[in-house]
Amino acid sequence: MSIIYVLLTISILVAIFFFIAFILSVKKGQYDDVYTPSIRILFDDELIKDNSKKNVQKTKTKDS
Amino acid sequence: MIESMCFHCGNNCNQTVINFDQKKFCCNGCKTVYDIFSSHNLSSYYDLQSAPGAIPKEIKGKYDYLDTPAIIQRLTEFDNDTIKIVSFYIPHIHCSSCIWILENLHKLQPAIHSSQVNFPKKSVRITFNTEKTTLKEIVVLLNAIGYEPHISLEDYKKTNKKVNRSLIYKIGVAGFAFGNVMFLSFPEYFEVSEFWLDKYKYIFRWLMFFFSLPVVFYSAQAYFISAYKGLQSRLLPIDVPIALGILVLFIRSTTEIIMDWGTGFFDSLTGLVFFLLLGKFFQQKTYSFLSFERDYKSYFPIAVTRIYYNNNTHKREEENIQVYSINKGDRILIRNEELIPVDAILIDGTACIDYSFVTGESDLVMKQSGDTIFAGGKQLYGAIEIEALKSVEQSYLTQLWSHSAFTKKVQKPFVNLTDIISSYFTKVILFIAILSTIFWLWFDASKAMQVFTAVLIIACPCALALSRPFALGNMLRVFGKNKFYLKNADVIEQMAQIDTIIFDKTGTITTKEKGTISYHGIPLTYSEKSLLKTALRPSNHPLSRSLYEILPEQEILTLNKYHEQIGKGIKATIEHNSLKIGSADFVGYSIPSNEMYTSVHIVINNQHKGYYVFHNQYRNGLSKLFLELDNKYELAILSGDNEGEKEHLKQLLPQLKTLLFNQKPDAKLTYIESLQKKGKNVLMVGDGLNDAGALAQSNVGIALSENINTFSPACDAILSALHFQKIEHYLRTSKNTIRIIKSSFIISFIYNIIGLYFAVTGQLSPVIAAILMPLSSISIVVYVTGLTSWLGKKL
Repeated sequence: MSIIYVLLTISILVAIFFFIAFILSVKKGQYDDVYTPSIRILFDDELIKDNSKKNVQKTKTKDS
Repeated sequence: MIESMCFHCGNNCNQTVINFDQKKFCCNGCKTVYDIFSSHNLSSYYDLQSAPGAIPKEIKGKYDYLDTPAIIQRLTEFDNDTIKIVSFYIPHIHCSSCIWILENLHKLQPAIHSSQVNFPKKSVRITFNTEKTTLKEIVVLLNAIGYEPHISLEDYKKTNKKVNRSLIYKIGVAGFAFGNVMFLSFPEYFEVSEFWLDKYKYIFRWLMFFFSLPVVFYSAQAYFISAYKGLQSRLLPIDVPIALGILVLFIRSTTEIIMDWGTGFFDSLTGLVFFLLLGKFFQQKTYSFLSFERDYKSYFPIAVTRIYYNNNTHKREEENIQVYSINKGDRILIRNEELIPVDAILIDGTACIDYSFVTGESDLVMKQSGDTIFAGGKQLYGAIEIEALKSVEQSYLTQLWSHSAFTKKVQKPFVNLTDIISSYFTKVILFIAILSTIFWLWFDASKAMQVFTAVLIIACPCALALSRPFALGNMLRVFGKNKFYLKNADVIEQMAQIDTIIFDKTGTITTKEKGTISYHGIPLTYSEKSLLKTALRPSNHPLSRSLYEILPEQEILTLNKYHEQIGKGIKATIEHNSLKIGSADFVGYSIPSNEMYTSVHIVINNQHKGYYVFHNQYRNGLSKLFLELDNKYELAILSGDNEGEKEHLKQLLPQLKTLLFNQKPDAKLTYIESLQKKGKNVLMVGDGLNDAGALAQSNVGIALSENINTFSPACDAILSALHFQKIEHYLRTSKNTIRIIKSSFIISFIYNIIGLYFAVTGQLSPVIAAILMPLSSISIVVYVTGLTSWLGKKL
């Protein structure tokens, strides 16, 4: 049963690892803004059709 | 009339509809923004949210100061040779489209590397290449797409505010330790005398001890400090029994494991601290896009244009200087819609100044060259040139700010409900502890110490301490959803104690939108109305504009002669008819008694036809609100305005007893002070800088805001003007919230009595503590949050 010493050590080390990860993420400000990223992830890149520049020119001249 | 909505900003295109690209726009500004977006393939801006935009403002020359290196340096966060990072506060940010377009700025301006929006703060952080673009160009771009950043004097003195995250760390430590300790203490809960458990329980116990060390000495630190402070000032705040409980738990548990008496209460100890800190965290709901501490700095521009005589070129030149470096005697150019930052003499141009924000007086003030003008007004009529009389710090408005009320406010003495209860609670608990110890000393001395500590442990008012933060924290969120933003949770409790309510008039019970206009005199014929409308067309005076708006659409006549005497009136000749429009004085009409009103007189062909009177527009539901409030509170109105509206108001609000006019900002403050000396708890509802002193002095100051994003003076709460008529509901809900807290106290006392039974009889085992403590805390939390949410649904 002395294996329990090894198991305890490992479990506590794993716990401490995650604890440190949590502290670091707070320190870096990851939880300062929890709203914007939730919206940002929904944006699709393909919404922006990168067309030719001709189009740009055409609409610009239309501007009175 | 066909209702048509602008595709860009969603406003009603009531006058002119611009059709472009098969879409309707209300103005050229909106159309241009649409054009910019569609030409850069960014039209999905309109897919994410319909009509998300804002009308871009005319800003010619407004941002010239952003070329000044000293100011650029103040605004940038990070700067090296080629890269600059700058953050802007943009009030318009309100939807997902805003985030999307602002994060795609690099498609509009390739020199921008990246831009990141912080939605709760309504700010955008832009990284750009300084070789390819400038700060000014970026601001101009943002403005061109309808996202005008707000840059004020406040940004100038910006120091990097350190975010205090220590509470999160403390919760993290406590939660981490709590979880692990629960794990380690579990085997011994069932006291099965197995061989392996007997062998290894020591290592388990010592591990629990080490886990609880950071909890006691780091996470629970604040409780010890505030308990010590409380004792020093001879008070018994709730933190005293908490700190005592934590200390006793730790010492008893440590002794137990050292002496091999038992496992100790490390699980209850860490759990207690964890739950208490969670309560603290829950109570701290902050609205990062709002500020409750604003002073004049957030209204003032960061820079002004100084005109100076260049000796080398012998020409008058303009330069941008920082507002603080204005010296006495400097010539300053104030453009249309700009704020006057210093007390000054008007040199050139006609000043038409809106002081409503400083004094509460809604009428515009006209000044001729040579007149003195005070800081804080907004120029509304073209550009003017002024000569500074004082520096910014010594001007009238800024002086107002150094009044003691603004500094005094910092510590409003307020003892909250839990602390009041706690002082009795602590005494009773100590009494019970001592009594039961004496009993056990006589009965079984070996158990006396154990009973004494058990009483202090079980009486540790966890549930008591949690009910208030959770109830108020939840209510704070409910209010926030109803556009009523509170500075902190204490405000709810203070609101429940209010017995006197004072309203400001201009901007608070009246709207800022144009008032109702009534006509008195000989009725105007159709042709006379068209004459009038034609004459008003060229004028830019605000009164002319609003009069022009209400006159029905007419045929357009040719204007033969037109002369406007600024600040007085208009003389015009149209098709052999002569017209005079303006003040009584100007048209040569003897002043009637009701000259307190803002009125515009009409003279056609030398005959005085009549006059238009501009009334204040009162908010919807005002009479109903006063009726609701009347039987519970003492009401008063303090106005900085003249007495013109007195009779009208008395008619509208018959139950109102106190109606004071011509109240200067400091008069309002002293009035509230005098009420407070009589023992009243005063709620002040105001809006402008002129109410700032009163808002600070009152027990609860609510700033009413037409647009939550614009600025309101320092206060305890900000209320959206749309919900003005709900004030009574909010006050009632606060009272009910306090009732809920009080009822939860009774439940927590019942838990304490059950716990005390175990403690006094000497039967308190770690398992009972470990069950009772979380059970009482969680049930109290569920009880108060459930009830407050239910209250919130009725709002």
